[in-house]
Amino acid sequence: MASTAAAPEVQSGEGMNKKREQMESVVIRFCGDSGDGMQLVGSQFMNTSAILGNDVSTLPDFPAEIRAPIGTLAGVSGYQLNFSSHDIFTPGDAVDTLVAMNPAALKSNVNDLKRGGTLIVNDDEFETSNLQKAGYETNPLLDAKISSNYQLHRVPMTRLTRDAVDGLGLSLKEADRCKNFFSLGLVYWLYDRDRKPTEDEITHKFSKKPAIMEANLRALRAGFNYGFSTESFTTHYNVPRAKLPPGKYKKITGNEATALGLVTGAKLAGKNLFYAGYPITPASDILHELAAMKNFRVRTFQAEDEIAAMSAVVGAAYAGELAITASSGPGICLKGEAIGLGIMMELPMIIVNVQRGGPSTGLPTKTEQSDLLLCYFGRNGDSPIPIIAASGPGDCFDMVQEAMRISVEFMTPVFFLTDGYIANGAEPWMIPNIKDLKPIMVQHPSGKNGQSPDSVTAEGQNGYLPYKRDAKLARPWAVPGTPGLEHRVGGLEKADVTGNVDYSPANHHHMVMTRCKKVAGIADHIPLQDIDGPDSGELLVISWGGTWGAVRTAVRQCQANGKSVSHVHMKYMNPMPRNLGDIIKNFRKVLIPELNTGQLSLLLRARFLVDAVGLNKVQGKPFLVSEVAEKINEMLGGK
Amino acid sequence: MNTETPTLGSPSLPVLTAKDFASDQEIRWCPRCGDYSILAQMKKVLPGLGIPREKFVFVSGIGCSSRFPYYMNTYGMHTIHGRAPAIASGIKISRPDLQVWVITGDGDALSIGGNHFMHMIRRNMDLKIILFNNQIYGLTKGQYSPTSPRGQKTKSTPMGSVDNPLTPLSVAIGSEATFVARSVDVDIKHLSHTLERAASHKGTAFVEVYQDCNVFNSGAFEYATDKSIKGDHIVYLEHGKPLVFGTKVKKGIRLNGMNPEIVELGKGITEDDLLFHDEKLAEPSLAFLLARMRHPEFPEPMGVFRDVQKPIYDHDVNAQIDAAVAKQGEGDLEALFNMGDTWVVE
Repeated sequence: MASTAAAPEVQSGEGMNKKREQMESVVIRFCGDSGDGMQLVGSQFMNTSAILGNDVSTLPDFPAEIRAPIGTLAGVSGYQLNFSSHDIFTPGDAVDTLVAMNPAALKSNVNDLKRGGTLIVNDDEFETSNLQKAGYETNPLLDAKISSNYQLHRVPMTRLTRDAVDGLGLSLKEADRCKNFFSLGLVYWLYDRDRKPTEDEITHKFSKKPAIMEANLRALRAGFNYGFSTESFTTHYNVPRAKLPPGKYKKITGNEATALGLVTGAKLAGKNLFYAGYPITPASDILHELAAMKNFRVRTFQAEDEIAAMSAVVGAAYAGELAITASSGPGICLKGEAIGLGIMMELPMIIVNVQRGGPSTGLPTKTEQSDLLLCYFGRNGDSPIPIIAASGPGDCFDMVQEAMRISVEFMTPVFFLTDGYIANGAEPWMIPNIKDLKPIMVQHPSGKNGQSPDSVTAEGQNGYLPYKRDAKLARPWAVPGTPGLEHRVGGLEKADVTGNVDYSPANHHHMVMTRCKKVAGIADHIPLQDIDGPDSGELLVISWGGTWGAVRTAVRQCQANGKSVSHVHMKYMNPMPRNLGDIIKNFRKVLIPELNTGQLSLLLRARFLVDAVGLNKVQGKPFLVSEVAEKINEMLGGK
Repeated sequence: MNTETPTLGSPSLPVLTAKDFASDQEIRWCPRCGDYSILAQMKKVLPGLGIPREKFVFVSGIGCSSRFPYYMNTYGMHTIHGRAPAIASGIKISRPDLQVWVITGDGDALSIGGNHFMHMIRRNMDLKIILFNNQIYGLTKGQYSPTSPRGQKTKSTPMGSVDNPLTPLSVAIGSEATFVARSVDVDIKHLSHTLERAASHKGTAFVEVYQDCNVFNSGAFEYATDKSIKGDHIVYLEHGKPLVFGTKVKKGIRLNGMNPEIVELGKGITEDDLLFHDEKLAEPSLAFLLARMRHPEFPEPMGVFRDVQKPIYDHDVNAQIDAAVAKQGEGDLEALFNMGDTWVVE
């Protein structure tokens, strides 16, 4: 839909005694049982707000179990979003409005609600059995701590939804499934949102089930009208449009942007994309997205396991395709051996690692940044590999193309790191102009003469020299089907230049060093590290990956309070930008916030001999801005 | 060699010989290893297939047999243990124009690589896979393998193996294989004919080759190779013909209910009473029954057990691509970017 984001249509009667207040920025969280459809209403609110012109950032948070026992704490699913009239980089720290569909959802989320915040509960669900399942002995809604700390609205959503859909011939179960739209309608009224995008979506989604369509539309309107007409709600709020850079936008998640970036990179390189993967949370959506892009000649292969997926990628790379796999921690562990083969064969390929909580199966649906060292070192032998990390959902689009560029220019596997937070989180993404995208150059020698004349020698494989390197130390990429360039590659150590098997001591030393030098040399072909704030001072905060938003916001807050603090956010993890060491030297202290126990810290301390301090959190959740700001203030003391 | 790019099977191909398929690398198998013979037959068979040399890719895993690609002057990959079927699948899906051969052994295919082996076969990926079965780990110097007989004494089983061995053909047939055959390293005519049959099959073609490891498991297949006795221990399969074998006495295989039995011909039993081989049966039961005939109880069948046509994975993947392009048109980034809800900020 090409809406021009006109000022919100005034559709809520301004009559009655309702006040309308303006707010700059609001954080809402919908939470309920994992069967309550909270992800759906959360993403609908996100869409609508984005279309209205707000800047938006989201944090879906759902359990690993598809359907944990109904009403239990284990089954609580939440969707938080922050929408604003100015630039925002995070889904927000404290929640302004919490919608809790049952006692378990209240219990596990109410502590994140701001004092004085709006608390909307489905009152019908607060009965004995549900209270027991959530571990409440008495009804918390009767507790003075709840009613005095928050603006509590006890709404009988189940009953009101059933009333709204009465007469449509729905079963009770079907009727109750509409109550998420009731809650959405109510919050739409509260924040003065246009119902139309959601009505359109419902109409489209249920076009073959007219009764369900009508029921959801009615529930949405019933919720909206409830806010409008009951006395419980006295005020509603308006969040004006943000001043985003002009352009055409759409909502995008990190996984969507990664898939889009991969297809774009292949197209820019004039190549076909080959994707092999094995289903794994939170990376599977990349497979789903690409499987739907067959008219871009994307071949997707759902392999029998992670090892096969990685192996197929190595095969396809030898065959001349842009070959990709994506996985998460446990899968990346299994891929290690075949990645090593890719490094030995010096073939281009991308391994996407959507990081999640570990070790082992860990926290499949929760975010973490704890695979940096796995990607750096998780193979036998000295096996250097470039690593690129995206900083947010939209950034995945650009950085995965950058990973592809490096991969083909330097003939090497490349890791592309994201995490559960940016993979599932969504933000507005400015649709790029295709002409502005950087081309990706791929060359295949077309015959022995495709190499320089002096390289044709009787010593090679048919006179072809598969390991004769260019100035960047990259080897040529001759593909099967090219007459005269028949050659063999393998996992055994190669003789330099000819690529024949060679175990001799000097050759192995030379080849190990050459592979290291090639990857290190990429530093000359990536941008210098940029810095937010003065390039010298008291404290430098260094972050990487998905923590960008929280750290940038915290540093900006502290800068605004006059603190001597600057921010470096790294996207090129290996090799690191050439000027990083010089930047670090210009600060007295260094803080490295990470969602792990200090992995980047270890690397930077080793490389730059800097006494960096870590801020480490491993709770399966992103940083709050306040956590980072507090640490900055602590390190700067009264300064 | 001519450097034009003829298409697969083009009549204008230059005439190639076995020599054209030999690489310049020194062959490092042990003297008298059965692998030499298989390599020689392969080099003989390929020129006759009508496929340009640059269209062949040989992919292997790890093990003695897996050095094979280094000795072929074609495109080739010597990869990692057990993964050759998966690597070859990546090649074949993305490049259906290539003829891809997988070279593997009993440990590589059935132990560490059992999963990939099974899935490649059930997908009916258009790959040719040759399993060199020597019933031993040779490269690691003599441990028992998943095809070593129970009780075999090796370095890792000094009191004899207590593992039950797998029959490679049974595994392949159980994985829904469309082409299954067996041959022996030293039976060069039979072997080259079997390789030709495999090459011309559309879909996964699986060939088990009994291969003598004369260093660590010498004579394991003597019953099938020694000319003086093999006539009583192997039976050649021919499509539409009865299963007849035996050197001095002419014997045959007859079905007794669901079970095969050995019968002597004459004395009222004629060839018409015997089991007739049919490699084209839709159901794999007969092929499975033949695969279960093991030495010393039965003569072991040699030849093509099964040769049927089924949908081929890589063909179908590419057919879906073509169908999507035909229906939606060639992918357009502009359209893709603008799909779904969009809004304009001015």
